[in-house]
Amino acid sequence: MTQNENLAHPMEVFLRKSRIPHIWCSGCGNGIILHSFIQAVKELEMDSDKIAVISGIGCIGRVAGYVNMDSFHTTHGRAIAFATGVKLANPELTVVVISGDGDLFAIGGNHFIHAARRNIDIKVICANNFNYGMTGGQQGPTTPLEAYTTTSPYGNIEHPFNLVSLAAASGATYVARWTTLHVRRLTASIQKMLQKRGFGFIEVISPCPEIYGRRNKMRTGLEMMNWLKKVSVIENFSDPAKAEVSRDRIIIGEFVDMEKPTFESILYQTIKRVQEGKGR
Amino acid sequence: MPVRIWRKPLDLEKAKPPRGEIHIIKDRCKGCGYCIEYCPRRVLEESDEINKRGVHPPKVEEESKCVVCSFCTAVCPDFAIFVVEKPCEGGC
Ligand SMILES: Cc1ncc(C[n+]2csc(CCOP(=O)(O)OP(=O)(O)O)c2C)c(N)n1
Ligand code: SF4
Ligand code: SF4
Ligand code: SF4
Ligand SMILES: [Mg+2]
Repeated sequence: MTQNENLAHPMEVFLRKSRIPHIWCSGCGNGIILHSFIQAVKELEMDSDKIAVISGIGCIGRVAGYVNMDSFHTTHGRAIAFATGVKLANPELTVVVISGDGDLFAIGGNHFIHAARRNIDIKVICANNFNYGMTGGQQGPTTPLEAYTTTSPYGNIEHPFNLVSLAAASGATYVARWTTLHVRRLTASIQKMLQKRGFGFIEVISPCPEIYGRRNKMRTGLEMMNWLKKVSVIENFSDPAKAEVSRDRIIIGEFVDMEKPTFESILYQTIKRVQEGKGR
Repeated sequence: MPVRIWRKPLDLEKAKPPRGEIHIIKDRCKGCGYCIEYCPRRVLEESDEINKRGVHPPKVEEESKCVVCSFCTAVCPDFAIFVVEKPCEGGC
């Protein structure tokens, strides 16, 4: 074994060194998601100057500050709105949104469904940790029924969104769900999404042991990851509406992979047509 | 994932598994234990040492068992462990 601390971690070039170590808690899945994303970029040998990473507010939102790429940490819920502007201003860029379940599906829910409906070429990776980690663990739109959070102390009385079903129904052309334990498949799936054109969505079930886990009898990251290992079942291209996320079963896999004209291509074609005087 | 071997490869005797050199950036480790738990070859174990963050970083129990799958690297949330392939002795 070598304990040579001068030899750099292979992912270091994709990280802003001055910001590492990151602030995420021990066992937090966010670091695994970050690693998986940059691993995908590295393996595809993409030019990282042609990638823009946009995040919203929340623990995972910090990701924009950690990647050594053009990035922006937007206001809460507005990552997709900002990303839409980036994509339309410079369609050559690969625009990636990495954000949380609360940011994307509570305050930012409308941006999500309409961006998916338009099929704008934005890739969205959602770290679903079942709660608002950053603000102390409130119940949110993905908190499972009966789960305990600071604002559901007697168990959550609301049904959660099924994010993959929501994305598919809204019009996304690539939809998948993985967990932070399925890192290899997650990286392959991110690669596939990055190479496609159109609105892509990957949900990553991610442990938040510090805030969510400890209220739900999983005090450590290991307990949360072992739970993910136990209950996850891969059912590729099964009906996303039936892809449950419950205490006893989490259906993971790819659910949608199709082609459809993208918003920006239709927009620019239309502008060209109108400018050539062939308006209608 | 289960490892399925359907037939014995003809060159099994000649093929040598890759050997790894494991690097642990001890003070970055937050002690989650993922690398130890999910290494398919059980190469790592918790050390007795306490790092800057007050946790026990992993240590290598038996480096020769490492097959350089890099799962430990992929599952580490803190960019604290990585493995480089060693050129095999006497050529491969
Ligand atoms: C306009 C606005 N409303 C509320 C907040 C408070 N706030 C900060 S983060 C957050 C939720 C974050 O949850 P999520 O997106 O799931 O990220 P996590 O922290 O779980 O990674 C909220 C409500 C805010 N910053 N701005
Ligand atoms: S509070 Fe939860 S989501 Fe936030 S850094 Fe800690 S473990 Fe991660
Ligand atoms: S590279 Fe694979 S075999 Fe080697 S220590 Fe890491 S997880 Fe274990
Ligand atoms: S996975 Fe990383 S942070 Fe967790 S114990 Fe191993 S080296 Fe430390
Ligand atoms: Mg969250």
